[in-house]
Amino acid sequence: MDSIISIKGLSKTYNSGFQALKTVDLEINRGEILALLGPNGAGKTTLISTICGIISPSSGTVSVDGFDIIKDFRKTRAMIGLVPQELTLGAFDTVWSTVRFSRGLFGSKRDDAYLEQLLKDLSLFDKKDSEIRALSGGMKRRVLIAKALSHQPKVLFLDEPTAGVDVELRKDMWKIVNKLRNQGVTIILTTHYIEEAEEIAERVGVISNGELLLVEKKDELMQSLGKKQLLIDLKEPVKEIPSSLEEYNIELNEDGTQISYTYVVKDETADVSEILNKITNSGLLLKDLKVEQSSLEDIFVDLVKEES
Amino acid sequence: MNLTAIKVIYFNEMMRFWKTLFQSVASPVISTALYFVVFGSAIGSRIENIEGVTYGLFIVPGLTMLSVLTQSISNASFGIFFPKFTGTIYELLSAPVSFYETLIGYVGAAATKSMILATIILATANLFVDLNIAHPFWMLGFLVLTCIAFSLFGFIIGLWADNFEKLQIIPLLIITPLVFLGGSFYSISMLPDLWQKVTLFNPVLYLVSGFRWSFFEVSDVSVGISLFMVFLFLAICIAIIAWMFRTGYKLKQ
Repeated sequence: MDSIISIKGLSKTYNSGFQALKTVDLEINRGEILALLGPNGAGKTTLISTICGIISPSSGTVSVDGFDIIKDFRKTRAMIGLVPQELTLGAFDTVWSTVRFSRGLFGSKRDDAYLEQLLKDLSLFDKKDSEIRALSGGMKRRVLIAKALSHQPKVLFLDEPTAGVDVELRKDMWKIVNKLRNQGVTIILTTHYIEEAEEIAERVGVISNGELLLVEKKDELMQSLGKKQLLIDLKEPVKEIPSSLEEYNIELNEDGTQISYTYVVKDETADVSEILNKITNSGLLLKDLKVEQSSLEDIFVDLVKEES
Repeated sequence: MNLTAIKVIYFNEMMRFWKTLFQSVASPVISTALYFVVFGSAIGSRIENIEGVTYGLFIVPGLTMLSVLTQSISNASFGIFFPKFTGTIYELLSAPVSFYETLIGYVGAAATKSMILATIILATANLFVDLNIAHPFWMLGFLVLTCIAFSLFGFIIGLWADNFEKLQIIPLLIITPLVFLGGSFYSISMLPDLWQKVTLFNPVLYLVSGFRWSFFEVSDVSVGISLFMVFLFLAICIAIIAWMFRTGYKLKQ
């Protein structure tokens, strides 16, 4: 795969002594949507802030499209758009002036037609002469996105894009993300909402305590780490699990009405039919059964737990 | 060089000036007029000419410097402090813009505002006294250099300050007293010997003195020294800013 961002041995220790990133290596593919998952304070924002040039790395290198982020900062930064986590905007600027300011700041020639279309796509055009302070939180978020896209970046970073965002904006945002993806823009988003990653990302990276625990295709991650749980409701409650089932990872709920069998999908030793056989042979009467698949969230929680 | 970025930073800053145009113009006009009513007419008529210059005329350069110094500092410091305060600085830091381009944009705009202000003050003064400028070229030179030097100084304060109190404290506690005690409204020859010597340590004295010389060919210290001091101050500010740039001082970790 052709990589657009290449991170090698990147670490960051703040002046306070806090080590936010411990030797991160990551290749981000051209045109992909990558979700960086991690709890608060895991180092997600530090990682993207470093790539964008807001924070200087303590060691390691980052290159964007082959250019070093420090030596060739003009080239790399011009390729990147960043939507920050906080709603940081000048209160007295108008939507139009702030978007035009961003475009100019990134060294792009004035292009009112493009900006007009951009504001229309973000349902901001009728607010273009409003001052930022008069806008709602959701609208401000849209303005931040417009600013980040004002110079037509090749790579877009979205830092916690849906924090405090309503359903409609969320949908709009994913629409825009998809559109950008189709245009070949690489999108990296950080989130601690798993559904978000599950919904739109192609690859998922999990960060915890400044370390990148893994980066995998979402489907593969679900497959390799995804667990399934077979839940069996019993007609009559039992006091304990029959001895023939003790060798399996089986649990009985408190009132003895439900047996659960947890297994890893990929695990060859898991044999559902054998277990079902043994259950019927032991004389238990089944009332109902269902299978639940673990979500990315469960996978994530497990990973982070293991880590700590 | 990202010229487009310098341009947008400059014009964005100037926009703030135009948005508050009335305030920007009215306050210097009113305060200049008040100084002239009080010092020029009411009290000034009882003060003897100073080295052949009437008191009303004598205070014009000092009055201009007072406003230029305080306004340069406040405009430039506020300009860079505000993005830090609101967090919009992230955009400057992530843009393909060097520190010096940012500096040119902000300091250029602050210095321009001060120049406009100085022009308004001199025009207002001209309504009260008959202003004849002996060396217009030198007058302009002193003015431009002072505007730039003190806008740089303001930029440094804006970077250094991490709250509003720090932002105000230097202009209020250091600059204003230095201007008042730096011979803006009197000639230091009117002071006792000891205080004359003490005043020589006040850098503002050299600015006011040189500026006044360009109007009336009257000065407390020689023009050469004045010019040297302006450049020295300019060099010190540039050196501090270069150091800030190298270390990413308070902007970047």
